[in-house]
Amino acid sequence: MPSLNVNGSVLQYDAEPDTPLLWVLREQLRLTGTKYGCGVAQCGACTVHIDGAPTRSCVLPISAVAAGAKIVTIEGLSADGSHPVQRAWVALDVPQCGFCQSGMIMAAAALLRDKPKPTDADIDAAITNICRCGTYNRVRAAIKAAGQGGAVKAAGLAIEDADGSTS
Amino acid sequence: MTIRLSRRQFLGASSAVAGSLVVGFHVPFASVASAQSSAAHEINAWVVVQPDDTVVIRIARSEMGQGTLTGLAQLVAEELECDWAKVKTEFPTPGENLARNRVWGNYSTGGSRGIRDSNEYVRKGGATARVMLVQAAANDWKVPVAECTVDKSVITHTPTARSTTYGKVASAAAKIAPPTEVALKDPKDWKIAGKRLARLDTVDKTTGKQIYGMDLVLPGMLNAAIKDCPVFGGKVKSFDAAVALKKPGVTKVVRVGDSGVAVVADTWWHAKTALDATPIEWDYGPNATASSAKFAEVLKAGLDAPDAVAGNEVGNARAAIAATSRKIEAVYSYPHQNHATMEVMNATARWTPERCEVWTPTQNGEAALAAASEAAGLPLAKCDVYKLLLGGGFGRRGAVHDWVTQAVLIAKEMPGTPVKLIWTREEDMTHGRYHPVTQCKLTAGLDSDGNVTALHMRISGQSIVAAIFPSNVKDGKDPVVFQGLNPPGPEASLGYTAIPNLLIDHAMRNPHVPPGFWRGVNLNQNTIYLECFVDEIAHATGQDPLALRRKLLAKSPKHLAVLNAVAERAGWAKPAPAGIYRGLAQTMGFGSYVAACAEVSVSPSGALKVHRIVAATDSGYAVNPQQIEAQVEGSFVYGLSAALYGECTVKDGRIEQTNFDTYRVLRMDEMPAVETIVMPSGGFWGGVGEPTIAVAAPAVLNAIFAATGRRIRNLPLKDQDLKKA
Repeated sequence: MPSLNVNGSVLQYDAEPDTPLLWVLREQLRLTGTKYGCGVAQCGACTVHIDGAPTRSCVLPISAVAAGAKIVTIEGLSADGSHPVQRAWVALDVPQCGFCQSGMIMAAAALLRDKPKPTDADIDAAITNICRCGTYNRVRAAIKAAGQGGAVKAAGLAIEDADGSTS
Repeated sequence: MTIRLSRRQFLGASSAVAGSLVVGFHVPFASVASAQSSAAHEINAWVVVQPDDTVVIRIARSEMGQGTLTGLAQLVAEELECDWAKVKTEFPTPGENLARNRVWGNYSTGGSRGIRDSNEYVRKGGATARVMLVQAAANDWKVPVAECTVDKSVITHTPTARSTTYGKVASAAAKIAPPTEVALKDPKDWKIAGKRLARLDTVDKTTGKQIYGMDLVLPGMLNAAIKDCPVFGGKVKSFDAAVALKKPGVTKVVRVGDSGVAVVADTWWHAKTALDATPIEWDYGPNATASSAKFAEVLKAGLDAPDAVAGNEVGNARAAIAATSRKIEAVYSYPHQNHATMEVMNATARWTPERCEVWTPTQNGEAALAAASEAAGLPLAKCDVYKLLLGGGFGRRGAVHDWVTQAVLIAKEMPGTPVKLIWTREEDMTHGRYHPVTQCKLTAGLDSDGNVTALHMRISGQSIVAAIFPSNVKDGKDPVVFQGLNPPGPEASLGYTAIPNLLIDHAMRNPHVPPGFWRGVNLNQNTIYLECFVDEIAHATGQDPLALRRKLLAKSPKHLAVLNAVAERAGWAKPAPAGIYRGLAQTMGFGSYVAACAEVSVSPSGALKVHRIVAATDSGYAVNPQQIEAQVEGSFVYGLSAALYGECTVKDGRIEQTNFDTYRVLRMDEMPAVETIVMPSGGFWGGVGEPTIAVAAPAVLNAIFAATGRRIRNLPLKDQDLKKA
């Protein structure tokens, strides 16, 4: 059986070569954090990293994934939700419905790796994902906070966590 | 956040639920309800307490991103005096609600009603449970209740300094008769409600762990893809199942009702690709030649037709207009739009002759249950619906559950096998329940000083209520058509009560495209029509748009207060920065008062940029201000997406836009800064998920006029020339 390197593990799958990577991840490997939103690479809900590059997996046939390519999905971004982007997301309560957020977070993590202190223009150019709930301004604030070493207070949202801390 | 998976698991949690045991699926979720442990005690329908002091708060309304799950939990926890750090939530199923005499009340999560309609009974639920828990401790200590205090789930008998916790007395408390009356706190004493608390459902949304309907996996489950007739009202004439049955993984090809064909396969991708290869012949039916252009002609004729029903009438507007020396008239229109939730419609159904179960994201579990029961051919008591978090709702997943009907009809063809139906985005775009299409003619009569002596608004167009709840249309009147334009009242009233002669009427014209409640509903276009027209009057009479509105709102202090708040914060009295132009809008809907000031620039080539929005909301009480801010920001994304790009056009009876490439929405690079003023004035409960959408477009359109001299009366803006007039 063919296999893929996903989140550090080599996993076998059984799918026709023209099956999009998205559906191999979701239906063969049971990694459902990566979402189907449009199927035409418009919305970015299916964004994963392939050898570090943010990639829309809904239009990428599995046959086009290079042998040995390292794929990272939202489940593999960190073992415990501790990636700086995830931490900023939680501190600033970014998600609303949350459905687009896996893709947003993967796009944001890739941006910050390339540009640790992104400008607004960098963020506009890199984050083309669609969010219908309208979380864009908190996404922007969280990317900036993550880029500044977790400086979530700068966002000025004053969100109180259950433990009494305020971000 | 816990997703309730099956009735059996629930029965383990709650001894109060009677009924037969049925087969439930165990699904290996990370967050299986700890309330399901048998050591948990249900104090009442809303509150379950575990021995470790974890409090599970039951939430009847649906969570679709709007934060109602957290807000409702805050209200219960406030009265319960429990430790917020140990609060969890779960959804009781609609089947359990029916079995328990609807103890959880209304499940409908629309109309921004989640908190405003249920705040009183959920707070009473929390207060009642608190009284029972404290009574249990007092009984144990044999002391008067009045000598006991409670804070963060710890009960203390002050005179003897003894203390215990909710977890320790829960068992005894569950046996105590609930008090018949409880006092609720004055909101000024709130400690948990009213605070900028973090949501309860965030973490799993950042790790991929959150299971949405589309992600559900059940043992032995198959997957289905569907195509419904592309023309509304059409039917399947014939299809050739043989092609699909030769494709890998395909189990079955089924006709779904009169109008759909579905393929069932081992994976959804197999089902979808096999369906794509299936030849289907359609009978397009009577609407095969319908088009948006033809609707527009019908609506236009309605602007002057005699068959209109009045929704708000003061004095005699027609006579007053006829008598005035000066008249201003304008015609506006608003297109069909799709909700375009990020998660497409989906449901998983399992049917046997004895029982039907459905797992689906829904804004109204009880309506989903009714749809499941009807499609299953089984009584309600033999069906249930397990709600999952919604990947967006916006009204699409509330009143009509067409996808649930489809999923059950498919599952019925393979008894005992769970089948997950997922629509393609193309199916979702072309089989929506669309924002209604309307036109509006506004006529104002002015005296020689430019005062508005009369206003006639004639709305012509589609009625959602006539399509979805026809029995609510009385004497030809759809009351929801007049949102924001109603006489003074608590829901959606017109603020411009200083106009002495007023007529707002509606000529109902229903095209074949099915309408739905689309976030903001009729407040959206009504506010555009009126707020842009008031701006037209201001400019035509040489009045400042703020000053004119203040005059017309003289008798509507709450409407006026939010308008004044945005004007002050935006700096209306001072000139805008060079190249920046401002526009205002205000309205009242879903029980709340809202206003916005938009700052825009328009380049010489006509490119619009929205730089900054200042928005104010008076929702009476503010249960979680940081989530209200999130709703207000999101409302501008939704409202500006609609204003800039939102349009579903009909050609040959079908919707032309099939995906986000042809149905654009706002993205990050177009998102303005939003400054939100949350200004609860107390004494009433308003919603926050929807009203602000209505002021997004008119504030921007009025700013565009200030920038260019162009008055845009038809949306979306993408079709308009914005070069300086």
